[in-house]
Amino acid sequence: MNYWVLIGILIIVIGFALKLDSLAVVLFAGIVTALIGAFNINDVLGSLTNGFDTALTTLGSAFVNNRLMSLFFLTLPVIGIGERYGLRERAMTMIKGMKVATSGRILTFYQAIREVAGFFSLRLGGHPQFVRPLVEPMAQAAAEVEGTVDSNLEDEIKGAAAASENYGNFFAQNTFLASSGVLLIVGTLADLGYGEVTASQVALWSLPVAIIALLLAGVQFYLLDRKIKANGKGQE
Amino acid sequence: MVLDFNWNIILEAFYALAGFLLIACGVMVFQDKENKTRFGGSAFWIITGLIFILGGFVGKVDADGVMGAGIPPQVVGLLVIVLGILSAFKQVNMSHFESISNALKEERAAKLGNKVFIPSIVLALSAMLIAQLLPNIMPDAQKGLGGQIAIGLSAVIGLVCVLLLTRSKLSNVVTDSSRLLQQMGPASILPQLLAALGALFTAAGVGNVIGDLLAGVVPGGNLLIGIIIYCIGMALFTIIMGNGFAAFAVITTGIGVPFVIMQGGNPAIVGALGLTAGYCGTLLTPMAANFNIVPANLLETKSQYTIIKYQAPVALAMLVVHIALMYGLCLVF
Repeated sequence: MNYWVLIGILIIVIGFALKLDSLAVVLFAGIVTALIGAFNINDVLGSLTNGFDTALTTLGSAFVNNRLMSLFFLTLPVIGIGERYGLRERAMTMIKGMKVATSGRILTFYQAIREVAGFFSLRLGGHPQFVRPLVEPMAQAAAEVEGTVDSNLEDEIKGAAAASENYGNFFAQNTFLASSGVLLIVGTLADLGYGEVTASQVALWSLPVAIIALLLAGVQFYLLDRKIKANGKGQE
Repeated sequence: MVLDFNWNIILEAFYALAGFLLIACGVMVFQDKENKTRFGGSAFWIITGLIFILGGFVGKVDADGVMGAGIPPQVVGLLVIVLGILSAFKQVNMSHFESISNALKEERAAKLGNKVFIPSIVLALSAMLIAQLLPNIMPDAQKGLGGQIAIGLSAVIGLVCVLLLTRSKLSNVVTDSSRLLQQMGPASILPQLLAALGALFTAAGVGNVIGDLLAGVVPGGNLLIGIIIYCIGMALFTIIMGNGFAAFAVITTGIGVPFVIMQGGNPAIVGALGLTAGYCGTLLTPMAANFNIVPANLLETKSQYTIIKYQAPVALAMLVVHIALMYGLCLVF
């Protein structure tokens, strides 16, 4: 075993901790790891050129093959033009008219919808499609009804809005039995000799976590509401 | 109705469209004379756009390492390194956009009313519908491709819808997507780069080394200790790799099977909770850039880490929940 390949991980951890440029850190870590992986004590120069060639090939192929991760770029014009025509402002006006809507309740509701949709295999949600244009402005608007929102609190609401999307996405996706996560679990277990595990069993055992995640998030969002309320009172 | 059709061509067309948006963004940056880093910035977006458009012509490397016909992937590798250098030297910065006054926005908002929500809703609903319907008409297509094609198609439908509804100038398609892209900055391609990092790590054998190390320190014979190490191992490995899927096979093989399932743990329960235990790590790591860092830029938070900080208490609580739940359920079932 060549334990030196773990240096790449160390580079990542240190790079992110020092808040260095993420893109450069990731690239540097990848290339160093590839070089070390190819390192051969008998032929240092030969293995370095080989390693560099492998690194470039792997990097290039993987970057091209993973273009699908950036396909959401195509949704940006729809959101951008919507915003030009007052999408965020309208979302805010709508929420300000509702007396029962608080930031926390909106976020809990969004996560619940996200989870139920996940259960029915509906691909609903996403930071660019839902959180930026609709959920976050609604949560901000509800907070403003309580009083002035300072910039720290505004930032916290942004974090909470993004979190409600992530919680709902991560912890509920496997409740649908044909989700890629369930297929991965069943496939891996079958490879390891546990072929008797079915997709519906995995989906069933994924349910408790989805419910608990909603409850825990509900508590966190309730605490956010209390903070917003206290903040509003303090400034009026 | 079953269409005998090469959906990869459609997907390549969507990548090319995204590539043109990126190149247009680069041109806009170049035209902004007030932007001090306009050369570096426009180079960044144009190179990225070119990779998107020409990606389909890059030669594939097969399992034996034999290179197929096409552009050598090394060229893309070098270009990606150029992107990294531009980003490292802070060459990619926001250009200036004419700001739309709030009064004008409100006037427009009042005119359109709630109809302004229609394009967003159309975008989301059509993505969902297409993802449901596609498997019926493209049964042979590779798994997972359907979701991507659904995103592409729904984006086009949503765009047509928003243009019809607002009668907006066509040039706004470029201006507004470029505004959002620049807000995200270089981090917008971070998810793709992290996936490439995963490939580099795998090729160098990082996964095997970690699995080997972890398996070496776990004391056997105790279900609870096995479960604790397995869940924490899943979360830690996911924090490092940024991806629960990458962690799952390694950690389940190295720790899950010998120290949990072979101690009497129910494999269905261990598998189901194992993966979501990994997701507790996803909530905590900048490596999961598309969930934590890109949205932070998209929402214009003060720090890149605002979302991770907010998620930390729930992520840690959920990890404890996973350990308790897996132990309790494995004892009963």
